[in-house]
Amino acid sequence: MSAHSTSSPLKMYFAVFAALLVGTALTVFAARLDLGPLNAPVALGIATVKATLVALFFMHVWHASEKLTKLVVISALFFFLLLLGLTMSDYATRLWS
Amino acid sequence: MSMPSAMTQPPIPQAAERENYLNKEYGAWSWLFTTDHKRIALLYLISITFFFFIGGFFALLIRLELLTPAGDLVQADTYNKLFTMHGMVMVFFFLIPSIPAVLGNFLVPLMIGAKDLAFPKINLFSWYLYIIGGVMMMHCMLTGGVDTGWTFYAPFSTNFTNTKIVEAGLAIFVAGFSSILTGLNFVVTIHRMRAPGMTWSRLPLFIWAHYATSIIQLLGTPVIAVTIVLVAAERALHLGIFDPKLGGDPVLFQHLFWFYSHPAVYIMILPAMGVVTEIIACFSRKRIFGYSFVAFSSIAIAVFGFLVWAHHMFVAGISVYSALVFSFLSYAVALPSAIKVFNWTATLYKGSIHYDAPMLYAFGFLGLFTIGGLTGLFLAALGIDVHVTDTYFVVAHFHYIMVGGAVMGYLGGMHFWWPKISGRLYPEGWARLAALIVFIGFNLTFFPQFLLGYMGMPRRYYDYSHMPEFQVLNVLSTAGATVLGVGYLLPMVYFLWSMRYGKPASDNPWNAAGLEWKTTSPPTTFNFDEEPVVTWEAYNYEELDAPHKEEVPVAR
Amino acid sequence: MHDNSTVAVHDPALLHHFAEPQQQRDAASLGMWVFLATEVMFFGGLFCAYLVYRRWYFGDFAAASKSINMWLGATNTAVLICSSLTVVLAVWAAQTARRTLLIGSLVLTMLLGFAFLGIKGIEYRDKFVEHHVPGASFSFEHEEIPGHPGQYANPQHAQIFFSLYFVMTGLHALHMIIGLGIFLWLLIMAWKGRFTPEWHTPIEIGGLYWHFVDIVWIYLFPLLYLIDRHK
Repeated sequence: MSAHSTSSPLKMYFAVFAALLVGTALTVFAARLDLGPLNAPVALGIATVKATLVALFFMHVWHASEKLTKLVVISALFFFLLLLGLTMSDYATRLWS
Repeated sequence: MSMPSAMTQPPIPQAAERENYLNKEYGAWSWLFTTDHKRIALLYLISITFFFFIGGFFALLIRLELLTPAGDLVQADTYNKLFTMHGMVMVFFFLIPSIPAVLGNFLVPLMIGAKDLAFPKINLFSWYLYIIGGVMMMHCMLTGGVDTGWTFYAPFSTNFTNTKIVEAGLAIFVAGFSSILTGLNFVVTIHRMRAPGMTWSRLPLFIWAHYATSIIQLLGTPVIAVTIVLVAAERALHLGIFDPKLGGDPVLFQHLFWFYSHPAVYIMILPAMGVVTEIIACFSRKRIFGYSFVAFSSIAIAVFGFLVWAHHMFVAGISVYSALVFSFLSYAVALPSAIKVFNWTATLYKGSIHYDAPMLYAFGFLGLFTIGGLTGLFLAALGIDVHVTDTYFVVAHFHYIMVGGAVMGYLGGMHFWWPKISGRLYPEGWARLAALIVFIGFNLTFFPQFLLGYMGMPRRYYDYSHMPEFQVLNVLSTAGATVLGVGYLLPMVYFLWSMRYGKPASDNPWNAAGLEWKTTSPPTTFNFDEEPVVTWEAYNYEELDAPHKEEVPVAR
Repeated sequence: MHDNSTVAVHDPALLHHFAEPQQQRDAASLGMWVFLATEVMFFGGLFCAYLVYRRWYFGDFAAASKSINMWLGATNTAVLICSSLTVVLAVWAAQTARRTLLIGSLVLTMLLGFAFLGIKGIEYRDKFVEHHVPGASFSFEHEEIPGHPGQYANPQHAQIFFSLYFVMTGLHALHMIIGLGIFLWLLIMAWKGRFTPEWHTPIEIGGLYWHFVDIVWIYLFPLLYLIDRHK
């Protein structure tokens, strides 16, 4: 992760910062609307966009010279989702029969 | 065949002893504050051997109690503590560290041509964490211990037992963090510190095995760590997360526990598979058959191993549809292991087999791991599992893999690399005898347990007087355990003996392939005089055994 | 990165077991990323438990969620987002040898971190006063389930919510405290002038850790504070 000679990344940082604050406001606003079953997916969706922005631009994953960094991130997410998914395969099907 | 057996190598000139990692500095300070991965490996060797004795002591008491049907040696509560402490110590303080922390720490940098691991100070810190966890566990045992089984299921562990769950949990938490840091060190080292020319496809399969093991350590251990936090919090504050009376689900504990503890068994076996691969290649004088298959099967085991945990919970109350999925996946996870067994067998075919002690352990591993693995498939079948779950069938199954597999792999590896680690040769005759005693003792101990379990003897029972016909097999099992104990003591004695009286070893007494054999026995602190540049493929035994090549000791 | 190829001029920051500084930097970076992967799984177990119980006890969770202060939570989210900005500014300052900006950004990051913990402390105190802390003095009687007038939340199920709330935010706060410790150390090093554009690895990897802690909160906020807020 040596110093890049990209034209000032500052603009990008401030843009992401603004997006993150807007996303937070949006989350609160959307939470107070009745979107039926979509409230949770919307909240989590916005959170995911925010997290992705932080990871890609603040943590420099977007400019990462190595694919390995991205592989580590994706692996962590994969196993996390596996934990959730397979556990839910039990809970979601307990009442079937 | 031009492999000089360790016994027939030319005598090493007894010059003034060269400087190596052992004699570079003396004194406790130089060991306790070392950052040399080889010294840290020996620190681990001493520590895990200590815990092996502790765990073995508990096993001895268990087997003594089970000599007679009545519960007449200890009380029921005490017996519960015996099998719990046996399990916790053996799993967390012996098996999980064993090969990675001893052989892995020692060999990973050497095998890839590096001077040390990526983070030597973190490596030392790992050992200190292990020791702290170990001291906590010893204190816990000495002041009453735990009686929940090593699986500390809720709500017994959270609500009802009055034994020292929080302390044992913290000890395991700390030891787990040690294991996470070891895994982290290995992953970064293998990615970043390979010598020039050491491409991924030239890596010894021991390295692939440790890479896969590290992935499991990194991704699985944190989940049991947070589970321990929840158990401790629940115990201290009566939270109700796992308490059915307060709306909690005990099965959730089991999901979180086994999410780690199933992959943990692959932490225990993958390194042993790596060791066995190295040994079989060397003592058949052949390249491993199907290198890529063996390499990728290690990664596949690591990944698939995370998909099967609820096969420990088939009768716990999970949904039957979920059980079907986990049963199917449990069959799938056997495939990469089977691939390895086929590849090892194919390597032996038309090889030039040498029956030195490491190879005897490898043969033992092949047979016993196969039996253990196949019985795992029986357990993966829902119909059979309902009958044999929580019986001695399960106990026999996992001991075949963990003892017949992992421990034999560990012993085989210790023998194979002993000349490199200590600069001395162990006495081959005694070693072969010990291997035989271990094999016989092991089978005598654990095969009867398959029969006992199938006939219905439950596990974790100290009294089987309702079925006295179980006694004969139990007596055989206890007798076997004594034989096994003798088999384990012998190497400890002759390894120690060899450090003073053993023949000095040459750089490569086995004429084996691998970078670790291209440096001195024992190596210097920084491993190689010059950074190696690798231009050959792994397991180049044809070149090593080529008729025109002579083993000439290099003058120094 | 200058390449002293004639004589092996040893970069003082280069550790002996590495061949060159880039390798050392790459190892440190990979090490931190791998560590963050373990942290994902550490928090992951708690998210799993949360998911199971939120599905089972949605109404009770909604009632409990309503009783924690959404505005404090939102403010804290904004505080952490600001602190992530100051962290990237600190890294950029180190890359471009801007000492004042570097030190200022590090100080600001820490102040924001303390602000976060302060607000968290207020929230915890509120919960304590309302008897919403799980344990012997927990009480959650006559709290209506949002959207179901006349139906009251089951106190035991609400206690599970609060158990998870305290464990998850408590663990997060613990990580924040560790982060503050790391940044204090970075601040001291920066004050002593140890960082250069060629070598400022600790700031980069400390920054990665801080951003991760921010990301965990980005998920905690909607999951804990915003259940059924429209009812």
